Amino acid sequence: MPIEVLMPALSPTMEKGNLAKWLKKEGDSIKSGDIIAEIETDKATMEVEAADEGTLGKILVPEGTNDVAVNTPIAVILSDGEDKSSINNAKPAPQQKASAPPAKPEKTQANIQEAPAPKSQAPEAPQIHAAADPDIPAGTEMVSMTMREALRDAMAEEMRRDGDVFVMGEEVAEYQGAYKVTQGLLQEFGPKRVIDTPITEHGFAGLGVGAALSGLKPIVEFMTFNFAMQAIDQIVNSAAKTLYMSGGQMTCSIVFRGPNGVASRVGAQHSQDYSSWYSHIPGLRVIAPSNAADAKGLLKAAIRDPNPVIFLENEILYGHSSPVPKLDDFILPIGKAKIARAGSDVTIVAWSMGMNYALKAAEELEKDGIEAEVIDLRTLKPMDTETIIASVQKTGRAVTIEEGWQQNGVGAEIAARIMEQAFDYLDAPVARVSGKEVPMPYAANLEKLALPSVAEVVAAAKAVCYR
Amino acid sequence: MAVAQKNSSDDAEAPAGASAPVPDFSKDQDLAAYERMLTIRRFEEKAGQMYGMGLIGGFCHLYIGQEAVVVGMQMALKPGDQVITGYRDHGHMIACGMDPKGVMAELTGRTHGYSKGKGGSMHMFSVDKGFFGGHGIVGAQVPLGTGLAFANHYRGNDNISVTYFGDGAANQGQVYESFNMAELWKLPVIYVIENNRYAMGTSIARASAEVNLSRRGLSFNIPGEQVDGMDVRAVKAAGKKAADWCRTGKGPFILEMLTYRYRGHSMSDPAKYRTREEVDKVRTTHDPIDMARHRILDKKFASEDALKKIDASVRDLVNQAAEYATHDPEPDVSELYTDIYR
Repeated sequence: MPIEVLMPALSPTMEKGNLAKWLKKEGDSIKSGDIIAEIETDKATMEVEAADEGTLGKILVPEGTNDVAVNTPIAVILSDGEDKSSINNAKPAPQQKASAPPAKPEKTQANIQEAPAPKSQAPEAPQIHAAADPDIPAGTEMVSMTMREALRDAMAEEMRRDGDVFVMGEEVAEYQGAYKVTQGLLQEFGPKRVIDTPITEHGFAGLGVGAALSGLKPIVEFMTFNFAMQAIDQIVNSAAKTLYMSGGQMTCSIVFRGPNGVASRVGAQHSQDYSSWYSHIPGLRVIAPSNAADAKGLLKAAIRDPNPVIFLENEILYGHSSPVPKLDDFILPIGKAKIARAGSDVTIVAWSMGMNYALKAAEELEKDGIEAEVIDLRTLKPMDTETIIASVQKTGRAVTIEEGWQQNGVGAEIAARIMEQAFDYLDAPVARVSGKEVPMPYAANLEKLALPSVAEVVAAAKAVCYR
Repeated sequence: MAVAQKNSSDDAEAPAGASAPVPDFSKDQDLAAYERMLTIRRFEEKAGQMYGMGLIGGFCHLYIGQEAVVVGMQMALKPGDQVITGYRDHGHMIACGMDPKGVMAELTGRTHGYSKGKGGSMHMFSVDKGFFGGHGIVGAQVPLGTGLAFANHYRGNDNISVTYFGDGAANQGQVYESFNMAELWKLPVIYVIENNRYAMGTSIARASAEVNLSRRGLSFNIPGEQVDGMDVRAVKAAGKKAADWCRTGKGPFILEMLTYRYRGHSMSDPAKYRTREEVDKVRTTHDPIDMARHRILDKKFASEDALKKIDASVRDLVNQAAEYATHDPEPDVSELYTDIYR
């Protein structure tokens, strides 16, 4: 059967082009790979290679023809033994595209009226319902420990439990951790599983992802998340997307952890909140605990999770002590917020260091007769929208707190979700307390101004209560 | 800049390669290599054609001309070894033994593509065949491949990771971060630099201060060799040597494969940065498949007729893959939200 040569596309967006030149003439023999013609568009010139062998039977589109539509037959190739009389039987080389492009929906008056909101043709995104916190048995001893110790214990417990878990990063082993979070791990687990890396975030983050793709469960410590910007391509493009891009074949169970957010007097490059950056990425889980118990239970969950997890700690909180249940295997559900303080007048949503401001502000507000409900998000992605909405339905008012900048921040996302899902319950616009949109200044007075404060939270809560 | 361009065209002789004599292949090896290389060539020609018809979208980087590299390297590996590469990856997948139907169906974005149609040309994987992708960001596969080697080392097995990248990626910073850790920790990884002389449209002389890429590991004490990447026997021999080095705990090894791509960087590249004569010269004097074919005939490993039969069966295999990939349905819309989290 003779083969039709079709007008090729140089790119998926090309619809037509010019047939600039024929390099073979009718009757010429053609080998696979021979250049038979040149086509051009306004962007480029391209050579057409034959993919079949035979004789050029007939040129259907002469050279110099402009605006030839893609997939128009431009010539016919005869295979051995065929003559020109069979040209009319030619069939296109491979089959035409199987699925026609989806027909554009016609805009009729009827369906415009039926569609008050833009409706996506995509299926509904799956709803996420996180499990509740496990019950802590009555009589469980509570031990006061720092967040630093809780994090270390979480890693040690998981490393004892699973030989595939290891920790790597700058100064995690012999130095015992730049912030001493990995204290004692080298002594217990040895240098094979507690690995000091060179100061090359891009490289060791990628190496960790590769190890995770092969089935190990790395904990990659960044000395701070400020330095993870050098590694963010590996986190986003390699860790977060590979499960999807592999059609579910390749999991990447890895934890990237380290201090995030505002430190103290270290200037703009070492003092930044990445909560919203990582929360933007499908495929990542993002956790940001505010106290020792949550840090322990969630880090253990993160290490066992089969997905890449960004675990945002806080340098200032490392030294804060709080009670942790003394249980053999204390694990908390990822994706579940906690009501840290119940109240009926205004909902305050915070996480990590923001909880410090939130709880102090709630005490101040109480003095003025305002009962604030404080939600500790704990996990930023997936976000426990249900808990937020349920609270706002009760209070009718909400304030968000974050150290990060306002534009495209987590607070903006929370406000949008409240607007979408609890609009009718709101008695006031959602207020956002955040870091000021400036690089973090070094001077003590300016730094203080750039940060959120208890006073700002109190003022915002009073404002939404019209007090 | 004009001088640099002149240099690059002066460089455009047939690849020189290592000076060591090339060991011969047995009849079985030569025939197997010929068939594999031809399968990749025909597959890629078909992919190019299907791209031209709009059946394949987006970016499509063809491997035509470089077939000897992956086929020779694969002959030096053993089960359990891992392979990882960049975006010019179709040849690697076929060399790893992945089914051309599944690869082609991924190129057309269909249900039974290796990634259910959700990855595309640059993002395909096969856990079964030890193929770890298919990565679209230049150089990003190098730390990943080093991590695969780290995992072998951690587990104490004697498998190795073969981490491919191009002459363009060879200038990426993360490559050197990886070299440092690989040698520091003696990780079993062969870095195969596929030097096809052009990083997209920029010739190596215009982009690289040191054009002998086998020397790029020197300051890390990583040994390196230049290999005639158009001769599958030379590739296999070098691959075996490097694999032995890695398997015996000596750390990483660099192989610079001197090779050449006949087509543009991607389908939308008219390749105006080099002359047709340059391409033709490599093609007529140093084509990996033609050389294997002549060798097979000279040594009477097979007759013309027998080779024609191989050609026909390869063509058939590729046509079946194309047919399959054309008629396989697009993924169900319910797949939109699957495989984001496990």
